[in-house]
Amino acid sequence: MNEATQQTPVLEARNIGKSLGGRPILSDLSLSVYKGEMKVLIGPSGAGKSTFLQCLNHLITPDTGELLLNGERISPANKGELRSLRERVGMIFQDFNLFDHLTAQENVSIALVKVKKMSRRDASLRAMMELERVGLSRRAGLYPAELSGGQKQRVAIARALAMDPEVILLDEPTSALDPELVGEVLAAIRELARGGMTMIMATHQMDFARALATEILFMEKGAIIERGAPASLLAPGAKTRTQAFFARLVAEESAC
Amino acid sequence: MQESILTICEAMPWILEGALITIGTVAAAMLLGLFLGVPMAIGQIYGNAATRGVIALYVWFFRGVPILVLLYLFYFGLVYQLNPLEFSLFGMQCSISLALSPFAASCIVLGLTSAAYQSQIFRGAINSLPSGQLKAARALGMRDFEAIASIILPQALRLSIPGWSNEYSILLKDSALVSVLGAMELMARTKAVATSTAEYTAFYVSAALLYFLITWIGLRGLRYAEKNFRIPGYSHL
Ligand SMILES: Nc1ncnc2c1ncn2[C@@H]1O[C@H](COP(=O)(O)OP(=O)(O)OP(=O)(O)O)[C@@H](O)[C@H]1O
Ligand SMILES: [Mg+2]
Repeated sequence: MNEATQQTPVLEARNIGKSLGGRPILSDLSLSVYKGEMKVLIGPSGAGKSTFLQCLNHLITPDTGELLLNGERISPANKGELRSLRERVGMIFQDFNLFDHLTAQENVSIALVKVKKMSRRDASLRAMMELERVGLSRRAGLYPAELSGGQKQRVAIARALAMDPEVILLDEPTSALDPELVGEVLAAIRELARGGMTMIMATHQMDFARALATEILFMEKGAIIERGAPASLLAPGAKTRTQAFFARLVAEESAC
Repeated sequence: MQESILTICEAMPWILEGALITIGTVAAAMLLGLFLGVPMAIGQIYGNAATRGVIALYVWFFRGVPILVLLYLFYFGLVYQLNPLEFSLFGMQCSISLALSPFAASCIVLGLTSAAYQSQIFRGAINSLPSGQLKAARALGMRDFEAIASIILPQALRLSIPGWSNEYSILLKDSALVSVLGAMELMARTKAVATSTAEYTAFYVSAALLYFLITWIGLRGLRYAEKNFRIPGYSHL
């Protein structure tokens, strides 16, 4: 990797602000993610993690601030630029959002046909390859309603990967899953990280964050109030908000 | 008694032909309503304020005025009285013929009315889909019209079939009204024969049975479509 690509973030958000219903939801958030990094967003419910992630691919239009993809500023008024941003930035949702009327394979191939203008045949082949990668090639013909939550989320991952994104945003990808299904999805994401995928992920999975995050960003009330490497934020005895938050999560889990 | 059976048998082919005209009218109106209703629903949900306002006004008008009034207004007030429509454009005398058969006028009025109702069926169906469907499509870089055409509508139309069945049976009954324009469909023919033979009971019972039969066949067809298009694993889609 040469010096220049090393120094240009894949995705950079500068001073993002957003109000909804007259209430400030995000204030002055900045973040740069470099190739192969995994940023982890944590924070209590309502902190603004989902809103922030959706600002990063303009599913929600921020009121202030700017986005740069590989150093190029995205102008929000240009619809073509927004679509190309979304094509290059993948997104995984908490509740999967698979297209309910399409099979797993069609879910993965449809954007290849509609957006990347691939032939149906090539798109189907590519979809099969991506499903294979997440261990679901034998489920290719099934509809979302016929899949388990973990399988649905893996199809969603395959759908995002098929677009060859430069960065993937993951919004609590395991929060809607039964505990026994969390592992298979985390394994798929771990596999991506190992392959050098750049990711920004909101999650409450502490062990996962500790093992894989290059940086943890702790959000509260729409602001990043703490950030750092997991080793420092989660060091034994560290008096950080992050540490306290996770300690409480663990306590809650063992209580029920 | 024998005589009346004979009269009925003689008149039946002519009445059945009227039933075919009724079916044609309803089919044309349903299709016109579909082709106008779908874009109207989309416009009402995704359109700008002006678009939404115009569509709301249209729906409000057609839901608020009785079909009978619309039929008279359209046929006598527009097609008959203003025909041919003459005006001058850039100094040229133009003349547009508004001449329409009662059948065509009926199809148009019923179709425009049905569009108002159908648009609300589709609007409800689209709104009942989780917002994440459109979000996911956009997140993949799809244009809004692509997302609507290939993600939203295929699901919404499935959900619309029960409402559509309802609209079909209402439209079939409303189609009896077009006899007032002189469209010789099932109702008009039944009335003509019943009056001239004074066999009121027999002919109106036969008309009732025919309407019932057409409703039943149509509803069976739509029920079949509903089952046929159902997505595996879903009870409601
Ligand atoms: N459309 C909206 N209008 C008004 N307020 C909104 C809207 N969407 C979200 N909010 C508010 O914005 C805040 C941040 O929401 P967001 O979903 O981003 O939080 P989050 O950190 O993702 O929470 P969670 O962990 O529960 O997913 C919340 O207080 C929420 O009520
Ligand atoms: Mg959230």
